[in-house]
Amino acid sequence: MPTRAYGPNAQMTPQVVAPFDEVLASNEVAIVCGAGGVGKTTSAAALAVRIAQHHSKRVLVLTIDPAKRLADALGLQAVGNAAAPVRLGRGARGELSVAMLDTSASWDDLVRSNAPDLQTAEKILANPLYRNITERFVQSHDYIAMERLYELRSNGDFDLIIIDTPPSRHALDFLDAPARMADFFSSALLKWITLPYRLGGERAGRLGYLAAKPFYQVADRILGSDFLREIAEFFLLFQSMYDGFVDRAKAVTALLHEPTTTFVVVSTLEPSPLHEAEFFLNELERRKLSVGALLLNRTLPDVFTDPAAIAAATQLAGLNRPPLPGLPEGERLRVQRAVGETFLRFSSLATSQTAHEARLARLPDVVLRVPLMESPIGDLAGLTRLADLLWSKPTPAQAIPGKRKRP
Amino acid sequence: MERRMLTDRRLLIVTGKGGVGKSTVAAALGWIAAAQGKRVLLCEFDAKGDLAAALEGVANRNEEPLRFVPREIHPGLWAMAMDPEESLKEYLRLNLRLPFITRIGALSSAFDFLANAAPGVREIVTIGKVAYEARRQEFDLVVVDATASGHVVGQLRAPQAINELVGVGLIRSQTEWMLEILGDPDITGLVVATTLEEMPVTESLELLERVATQTNINIACIVANRILPAPFTSAGERVFARMRNEPDELGLQDDALARRIVAGVALSEDLRHQRTDQLQRLVGGVGDIQVALVPELFDVPAGLPMTRAVAGQLSDELGL
Repeated sequence: MPTRAYGPNAQMTPQVVAPFDEVLASNEVAIVCGAGGVGKTTSAAALAVRIAQHHSKRVLVLTIDPAKRLADALGLQAVGNAAAPVRLGRGARGELSVAMLDTSASWDDLVRSNAPDLQTAEKILANPLYRNITERFVQSHDYIAMERLYELRSNGDFDLIIIDTPPSRHALDFLDAPARMADFFSSALLKWITLPYRLGGERAGRLGYLAAKPFYQVADRILGSDFLREIAEFFLLFQSMYDGFVDRAKAVTALLHEPTTTFVVVSTLEPSPLHEAEFFLNELERRKLSVGALLLNRTLPDVFTDPAAIAAATQLAGLNRPPLPGLPEGERLRVQRAVGETFLRFSSLATSQTAHEARLARLPDVVLRVPLMESPIGDLAGLTRLADLLWSKPTPAQAIPGKRKRP
Repeated sequence: MERRMLTDRRLLIVTGKGGVGKSTVAAALGWIAAAQGKRVLLCEFDAKGDLAAALEGVANRNEEPLRFVPREIHPGLWAMAMDPEESLKEYLRLNLRLPFITRIGALSSAFDFLANAAPGVREIVTIGKVAYEARRQEFDLVVVDATASGHVVGQLRAPQAINELVGVGLIRSQTEWMLEILGDPDITGLVVATTLEEMPVTESLELLERVATQTNINIACIVANRILPAPFTSAGERVFARMRNEPDELGLQDDALARRIVAGVALSEDLRHQRTDQLQRLVGGVGDIQVALVPELFDVPAGLPMTRAVAGQLSDELGL
């Protein structure tokens, strides 16, 4: 089992591990993001477990489509949109709850609370286009995740909400989702498409209709007039929620910029996720959003980049083929050689990981490393162990009194 | 029954969970077909630049990103990046022949609107473009580095979805030939790449189920990537099991160093055993779909060298 997890880069970059515990606990919202397949969900859960165990906070982890195993680990069989408490062991200072994002239910709630009356709400919910749009479209997940975060935060039931972001086609889609939703409702085209229907007949809307005519001709040819009318009717209904949606989108965007909101970017040390993480870090900075930490997941133990270990393994790998195969002594020699060879293979992986990391132009102040685990996380104890590994290492920055750096 | 060769199809759509090597597998399949003397078009759906990164050596993600217009990056091998807006423009140019389109300055905002408001437009112009390329056969083979498995079904079934939603109109009339191209196993095949970790295997099995029930697309093969080689014989495994407790069996002077080396190799063995279990789960769950195995290629650099090495492995595995 790996106990040390720092590559050669550790000395070059300021590492502030323990204080991040405090930093995270002092925030109200932490958004965990990164490329697909890097372990966002597990990382978000591990961070939440850690804070709930060591701080007297009410922590919620909001997950999106968690692995079955992780759901089991958190005792999550029948949990839906509503937050459910997770039973932490004795000695935990805080409380942990978990909720899973149910996109359909969240959209329905949103429509019910924003529609001008019950009748309109029911009409929208019954519209065939409504399901299609809210269920099939990726961007609707992005929007509803942010919306749900806002809702949970406003209820004030939790001190810290850690949210695992949806798998986006693009890592930033969820950041833009609220603004895009607002733009969409304000768009001139939406006004055009609904105009003839809004004004109740062609005569009344003649002027506006003429202005929109070229657009209609194209849209009509592409989509067909029946479909176009269905779309228009649907959006006409949807527009009754305009004010609510636009206000909400603005509030969600503001929430992302609050000083108590922080982002944790997760990546593995492979070129493609790192490329995305770097892009993400740059974008967060450009948007003046706070980066809490970069979490490097599944790092190989540093023995694989240790020159003494590599030299010893090279020596083992070079052992001559034993003269008498089958004899116990011969088998041992063969195993020694195979250990050396296997070690060297993983060394070359570790070396390229280090090289990929070194290519990152700039690292945030806090870099957390999660070693590759020898087995997948299967229970709360596994999550706790993972969380403890995040904080277990004394760091160069901590070792020097007065040089602690807070992000 | 004689299995037709994978590269004899005209459209291969490669998908998989994020981080499993989907782009490398797509690039490798393209590379193999180009080496067979075919004219090949590689198309990246989500424009992240991973396909160009897998071709680093003949392409470059940063300096010359792929565009909608295909570019020949290697003899016989063209590459492009999907751009739904460009695809819609091309589609309108080819199908509408309406002169006033050119006068609508706001085509791009019209596109934004259509793509966001009208269900399936973005998806249909994306899948439609590659189906169109497979139909007109300017290339012998189109290999798509598609969207990750979580979202790909929405794209693959866009023609069906449009059929269900739209009664008439140009888009509706276009879905018929798309369904024909996509549903013909002699023309189109889906390739699912996965690594042998729990989540990717689970997602792959779920994807197979959804593709079978929600689309008419044939699954050509599964590529199980990053298989770890077994270092020991079974007798050797027993010796190594003992070594885990007694690292001095490694025969090094430095006990502490021996302990750390053995711990490192023990970690790699634990990983290998898990991946073996997951491989069994995968093979058990895919029925008679072929599973091609690609080993972990430890010291091959990322980019073109990796793509070529994976191409070599896939050629052997698939008899290409």
